[in-house]
Amino acid sequence: MLIRRPDAIKPSEITPDSVYLRRREFVKAGVAMLAGATGLVSAGSVEAQGRGKKLAGARMSNFSTMEKANSYKEITSYNNYYEFGTDKSDPASYAQKLKTRPWTVLVDGEVKRPKRFDIEELLKLPLEERIYRLRCVEAWSMVIPWVGFELKQLIQQVEPTGKAKFVEFVTVLQPESMPGVRAPVLDWPYVEALRMDEAMHPLTLLAVGLYGETLPKQNGAPIRLVVPWKYGFKSAKSIVRIRFVEKQPKTAWVKAASNEYGFYSNVNPDVDHPRWSQATERRIGQDGFFSPRRKTLMFNGYADQVARLYTGMDLRKFY
Amino acid sequence: MAAASAEIRQGKPRARKPGALSPKTVAWTKAIIFVLCLGPFARLLIGAPLDLLGINPIETVRRSTGTWTLVFVLATLSVTPLRRLTGWHWLARLRRMLGLYAFFYALLHLGSYIWLEQFFDGAAIVKDIIKRPFITIGSVAFAMMVPLAVTSTDAMVRRLGGKNWIALHRLVYVLAICGVIHYWWLVKRDITQPAIYALVLMVLLGYRVVAALKKRTL
Repeated sequence: MLIRRPDAIKPSEITPDSVYLRRREFVKAGVAMLAGATGLVSAGSVEAQGRGKKLAGARMSNFSTMEKANSYKEITSYNNYYEFGTDKSDPASYAQKLKTRPWTVLVDGEVKRPKRFDIEELLKLPLEERIYRLRCVEAWSMVIPWVGFELKQLIQQVEPTGKAKFVEFVTVLQPESMPGVRAPVLDWPYVEALRMDEAMHPLTLLAVGLYGETLPKQNGAPIRLVVPWKYGFKSAKSIVRIRFVEKQPKTAWVKAASNEYGFYSNVNPDVDHPRWSQATERRIGQDGFFSPRRKTLMFNGYADQVARLYTGMDLRKFY
Repeated sequence: MAAASAEIRQGKPRARKPGALSPKTVAWTKAIIFVLCLGPFARLLIGAPLDLLGINPIETVRRSTGTWTLVFVLATLSVTPLRRLTGWHWLARLRRMLGLYAFFYALLHLGSYIWLEQFFDGAAIVKDIIKRPFITIGSVAFAMMVPLAVTSTDAMVRRLGGKNWIALHRLVYVLAICGVIHYWWLVKRDITQPAIYALVLMVLLGYRVVAALKKRTL
């Protein structure tokens, strides 16, 4: 048959939305260059850093939102990564010194087969693109096209024992490349944790890429956690160790201020941070200068998938 | 302070002390500083439509106007100690302007909160003021600035009488403390920045306490 039926078009031949949408970036970059040439603004540091390596063959996922993704520049120049400083621009400015090779992730604790994974090995796992909403505890949000694999896949390889009730994630500590750790802002290294069922949930991702390329350092290269129904700080960056434990671990922000940051930290518009409201949020780059903030959704809009994890729990108590 | 400006206003030609400037030079200095003080506002006004205010421009507006309010409050409070230490009495001529700039940036700061942040959502604003200590104390600080701005004219100084006027304007000490606490309470974890403002304020207020104690013991 000469006429190609529509389903004969391979998915790989369709330009993914994320690539298609990048035309805007191209246009914006052109405008920025022009502005730079006229001396209006200095060339952005993000563009100067170059981008990651292409990650081939990431499948699209049904878990992706159809919402408009934030630009590469927005995602990579407005970050919270306190090891590099507490200003939103600090990670983009200082994270480039982070050494991400060689890199291993030790997976141990209450497991039958503890293992040290090399990052190259993890990059070879079947990858998916997941376009997730990210809601920061500071009441702003973004939409981010991550590339990664379900944490569950890694967990199954190490066979947790019956004692494994929680999973702890430890972030890298490289004082020589991390100006922020000189001050005791948090108890370094940064530690986060999930309950076992949260960790096994199909939405819980280990991300190795962004916009089809390896993760930029300020976003938690080379591998980070992404838990889209929890406030952003739960999604630990630059992970070096994943430990299975019986008791609920002490996480970095709970240690810093347990009255403000709980272990669960699920996105919840009804439970305010003691110092600001969580009922609404500002979507970075998309809500106009003079438009009202948008309503925050329960579990960041992932209630259908995750609400059952918390049935019978008082979410005001377990914030 | 009121006495100092009255002294200048009397306009009797006096022998110029070292550090004193001619009225013309003072006027020029004042004009230049006036324009410079508009700089932060101009940056926001030009930067907003040109998308030069970073990834989260509303946060930039809120932080910039808040920071500059504190800077101008502290600058206003620096005039008297600086004048005493340097003998540059013409500095007193800048004080009202700096104080009014503090009010101007506070007004922009409050405006950015009401308009850009809350979009005139009265219920949300009232809830914030009641529930969030850092917003409560910020509102209190702003409320204290209003009578000071209103009574900043020469006519109001005369109407109130120097003594009352000075008593009223001592509110600036309280509102400066409230302003720094407002900043301190809003930061998430890293208190370096508010601590710097607190330190400068402590020096400026400490100077006055020491000066007052010295006067009493003499």
